[in-house]
Amino acid sequence: MKLFDRLAAIDRRIIYLSVGLVVAIPLILKFKMPIRVSQEVRSAYETVENLPSGSVVLASIDYDATSAPELTPMFRSFLRQCFRNELKVIYTGHLAIGLPLAQFDLDMITEECNAVYGEDYINLGYRPGFVAVMIGFGREIRDFFAVDYKGVPIDSFPMMKNVHNYNDIALIVDFGHGITPDYWVQYVVSRFGVKMFACATGVMAPSLYPYLQAGQITGLIGGLQGAAEYETLVGNPETGTFGMPAQSIAHILIIVFIIFGNIGYFISRRKK
Amino acid sequence: MNLIGTWIAAGLTIAILSFLYRDNPLYKFAEHLYVGVSAGYWVIYIWAFDVKPMLIDEFFRQAGMEKWILIIPAIFGIMMMMRWFPNIAWISRWPISFTVGIAAGLALTAQVQGYIIPQIQATLLPLISIGTKASETIVQSFNNIMIIVGVFCAILYFYFSREHKGALKVGSRIGIVFLMIGFGASFGYTVMARISLLIGRLMFLFGVFGLR
Repeated sequence: MKLFDRLAAIDRRIIYLSVGLVVAIPLILKFKMPIRVSQEVRSAYETVENLPSGSVVLASIDYDATSAPELTPMFRSFLRQCFRNELKVIYTGHLAIGLPLAQFDLDMITEECNAVYGEDYINLGYRPGFVAVMIGFGREIRDFFAVDYKGVPIDSFPMMKNVHNYNDIALIVDFGHGITPDYWVQYVVSRFGVKMFACATGVMAPSLYPYLQAGQITGLIGGLQGAAEYETLVGNPETGTFGMPAQSIAHILIIVFIIFGNIGYFISRRKK
Repeated sequence: MNLIGTWIAAGLTIAILSFLYRDNPLYKFAEHLYVGVSAGYWVIYIWAFDVKPMLIDEFFRQAGMEKWILIIPAIFGIMMMMRWFPNIAWISRWPISFTVGIAAGLALTAQVQGYIIPQIQATLLPLISIGTKASETIVQSFNNIMIIVGVFCAILYFYFSREHKGALKVGSRIGIVFLMIGFGASFGYTVMARISLLIGRLMFLFGVFGLR
């Protein structure tokens, strides 16, 4: 009994410290674990694989620093897969503060893959009023982005010559940590019939499963686990894969805390 | 320059994490710095990617009468800023009403066309789904039954026009079990997301200190 009383009164800083340690130790010692690929991540991967070379895909960056550890590995893997399959990437987004952050990754991967600006990818930048932009793209991209993020007219870039609206875009991929994946599905996929899959944070992923089950999105990559699975398929294990052992051990610790907490709660309730 | 930026980022990360021990001036400094920098960044970004290219530059670029339509959003924008002056703050309600009206109109069709109808369609499933293998048939049929029962019972839980007694009580109880499983899945994913953030920050710090 006393043990559970003590556990109930434990200093929260001890819990923080123990979580910190179980996350830090696997990262320092570089633990490894096998990654099993789920069907929803495989579907997302295959959606890109099945696109004909030269297809235009739109990557919407709708996350910022608060979700970067989960979404950055997905974005990097996505770019690698696109450039490997000779797809053309339009880079834009609806979170002003997120676009420059993800541009580090865009620059890194385009350099690694020898992708040429204006031929293999373009950075449109940001425009406010995301629903208006999403719907407006259905008519003409140039209504919102006559120029790229540096102010250069997009008509001067070869890859944009014949790209005007969703009819010319083979796939939309949303990297979102908020409501934007829902908006893409509701405002664009249902209205214009464009193919889409979502890369979402762990917090958002459960709310997107109904879209997957209804066939409104072709795949779903959720949280660090999804990132690790996607990296495995693309063949470039990086932060997602390396973070999974720490994630798994931390989950075990939290499960132990929950079990102890509940046992303690029921014992103290019985005492009363 | 990059090195200095990296060390500043590492220092600020540690300052923020120090809150876990207790509130302290270092944490407060990092927090206020973050709020200030974010606000300043937004202002510059909105100016550079919105007001200047889409309003000012566009006005001077276009020729003829068409460009004068840009006066409307310009006036609406100025009216929105009236919120700063308590005596005439009511003027900001007009552009807000305009924005809310547009958003409501767009959301109405989007919700019906993009959410309600496809989700109802996705629930109209056969109870027995024949697959190529017996195991596939069993699993798929089980999934379909779970979806149908789950949706039906969860809706029953939110049916408040009659007292939950008899069959309605049983149905709503099953409904709440499905809801709890849903909340549990969301909680599990949220824990995963929060731990991922810690992993991301620790990976960054270990990278800076040469531990990875």
